[in-house]
Amino acid sequence: MNKQINTTNDPKKEAAEALPGGGMLLSSSNPVEEDTALLKETFKEKYKWGFVTDIEADSAPPGLDESTIAFISAKKDEPEWLLEWRLNAYRHWLTMEEPDWAHLKYNKPNYDEIIFYSAPKSLADGPKSLDEVDPELLETYKKLGIPLAEHAALAGVAVDAVFDSVSVGTTFKDKLEEVGIIFCPISEAVHSHPELVKKYLGTIVPYSDNYYATLNSAVFTDGSFVYIPKGVKCPMDLSTYFRINAKSSGQFERTLIIAEEGASVSYLEGCTAPMRDENQLHAAVVELIALDDADIKYSTVQNWYPGDENGVGGIYNFVTKRGKCQGDRSRITWTQVETGSAVTWKYPSCILLGDDSVGEFYSVALTNNYQQADTGTKMIHIGKNTRSTIISKGISAGQGQNIYRGLVRIQKGAENARNYTQCDSMLMGDRCGAHTFPYIEVKNKTAKAEHEASTSKIGEDQLFYCNQRGISTEDAINMIVNGFCKEVFRELPMEFAVEARRLLEVSLESSVG
Amino acid sequence: MTTPLLEITNLHANIEGKEILKGVNLTVMPGEVHSIMGPNGSGKSTLASVIAGHEAYEVTDGSIRFNGIDLLELEADQRACAGVFLAFQYPVEIPGVSTKFFLKAAVNAIRKYRGEEELDAMDFLDMVEEKAESVSLSIDLLDRNVNEGFSGGEKKRAEVFQMAMLDPLLGVLDETDSGLDIDALKIVAEGVNKLRSKKRGFIVITHYQRLLDFIVPDFVHVLKDGVIVKSGDKSLALELEEKGYAGIESCGSACSCS
Ligand SMILES: Nc1ncnc2c1ncn2[C@@H]1O[C@H](COP(=O)(O)OP(=O)(O)OP(=O)(O)O)[C@@H](O)[C@H]1O
Ligand SMILES: [Mg+2]
Repeated sequence: MNKQINTTNDPKKEAAEALPGGGMLLSSSNPVEEDTALLKETFKEKYKWGFVTDIEADSAPPGLDESTIAFISAKKDEPEWLLEWRLNAYRHWLTMEEPDWAHLKYNKPNYDEIIFYSAPKSLADGPKSLDEVDPELLETYKKLGIPLAEHAALAGVAVDAVFDSVSVGTTFKDKLEEVGIIFCPISEAVHSHPELVKKYLGTIVPYSDNYYATLNSAVFTDGSFVYIPKGVKCPMDLSTYFRINAKSSGQFERTLIIAEEGASVSYLEGCTAPMRDENQLHAAVVELIALDDADIKYSTVQNWYPGDENGVGGIYNFVTKRGKCQGDRSRITWTQVETGSAVTWKYPSCILLGDDSVGEFYSVALTNNYQQADTGTKMIHIGKNTRSTIISKGISAGQGQNIYRGLVRIQKGAENARNYTQCDSMLMGDRCGAHTFPYIEVKNKTAKAEHEASTSKIGEDQLFYCNQRGISTEDAINMIVNGFCKEVFRELPMEFAVEARRLLEVSLESSVG
Repeated sequence: MTTPLLEITNLHANIEGKEILKGVNLTVMPGEVHSIMGPNGSGKSTLASVIAGHEAYEVTDGSIRFNGIDLLELEADQRACAGVFLAFQYPVEIPGVSTKFFLKAAVNAIRKYRGEEELDAMDFLDMVEEKAESVSLSIDLLDRNVNEGFSGGEKKRAEVFQMAMLDPLLGVLDETDSGLDIDALKIVAEGVNKLRSKKRGFIVITHYQRLLDFIVPDFVHVLKDGVIVKSGDKSLALELEEKGYAGIESCGSACSCS
């Protein structure tokens, strides 16, 4: 039986305690603050909902009502349509119930206590030096092979010249602009490319989609916007990592990626280091749109704070990720390595609308100690000859619970659609659990869905065999687990794969004997 | 006097509370080949596992000295590094891990323990080719995952190949001959014979005296119900084949083997 994950009344405080010297990753400048006066003007003009908000404050008061949303929108100087969209989402959210169908046990967040908007803190608020940072966190960075200079940034230390973000950022941006690619924070895109944002935002994940996506729609603070024009192959992997030192994404991240006809892009989300984060609830939304012959590869390595070995603290990661293969012959590939968070609830999905379109989902989810993950995918086949592949690898150690939940739906018109699902679980020790819930609905006679599942135990016999060849138990576990995950790792961009491997090693340390 | 390579004295071992080994005595000098025969379930594999350091077995009495050191003090991986090799009766599969990768990790772990430099990829591959040839093992097999989809015979051959790669002081072969056709049997035996040296010793567990025509042992022991009930030379194996285990008379109190 799984132990209930504890939460204190003050999630922010708790996370901060768990990782001493609290502080978020910082932006080097905050244009919002400078423009407060201007904002106030604009806000007055737009104000028509009959409430008053003190927009000079850096943070909204805890809790959520329409004025909080107006406050966020005003802080970002958003156009009216967007504020309206947020408010619609919020009003819808009020009518919804927090879902509890997932195979998860946790105390639901107290939404009255969450601060939904908090301007990035000034550099002075973070820990002053690495001496003030939890030594265990630093030890982990060392094991991950992260350059010392970056330790500070990841740990939220107040140093402003940690790495040369400006030059990295600029060379990068120049190169992308040359080919017409737009890659910027979504809050910026709202202003610089409003027509694109307005055209696509919420078209894949409507604001009414589900409890957490709806909440996100009401209160999202930032995220990435990517637009790849017709025929352009993005010359490099786009990564949020480049943005981390520029701006903390916050807990309600919203990402929108559009690949026009024949375009292709590989997007890397996250960072393999355990990010310090004082927010307990993360409810992100990612929307992908691929037009004819377009190709989007979205790779995630998620390593948020998992809570301690007694299951205290840790992030709730409730994410809605969905891609639409709108065009013929388009392809969307989700690859994820989930090792962090106390609770993960996440189903990156593909809507295969275009004929001959392809959806893929490759996943490794690891739960150790008291972590719980309920993750999987949905493949909705609508177009003809659509194909999907699902490879899911769940690893449970300690008292971790790992759930695969997947839906393959082949609709009436999806002639010759094909799905292949392979779902493997590995258990380490006998106090953890693995569960699979595959749902398959086939409404077309010419279509085929194949499902394979296996559960294995990292056996004493495998470990003994390795030991008998001189390989230490720790190395043996890494070898066996990495072998188990091979099919997923090979989908990751090379560097990411190396980091993911190292991350698994660190996450599994001391998990067996 | 030379130090014995392996000196097992009054060894008692349990698994899950059940006593399997009930006072085994066995001494292997460097260069010697000892064969252990005995009925199913008599404890042969258990003895091999205890020598190799399987954690599931609890040693309740007795001692094992290896090359002058107390073997029971060492973990399984340290024993391997010290020079104990076990060719498994049932080699396990490790999905997703190529045999080459696995062996490189093994070779280098052992070299590191011995204070030698790790092999680089080129030297490693040279060594692989040389040793694979000695047991006529197809190199292609080594790109496959450890033992995955190997035929019974391929698994056994791969074990002897690994032994050649790891260059142990003591090789324990647990029914390496079962499942082999006659040609493969000869190849494997030849591979083992090539490894025989003045320094190296072997314990060859088998049910069939046939193997002993190819790997000629210096001593043959009969393990029955957890104790060695009879020891002799190669002719004992022939006698066993003729009379079966039931017909074996124990050596009696004059013999040091029980
Ligand atoms: N995990 C275990 N739990 C309980 N009993 C066990 C366990 N492992 C082995 N045994 C028992 O120990 C005894 C000795 O087994 P062992 O495998 O050593 O025999 P063996 O001599 O190698 O037999 P074979 O010739 O069939 O290979 C058998 O009775 C077996 O059932
Ligand atoms: Mg046996």
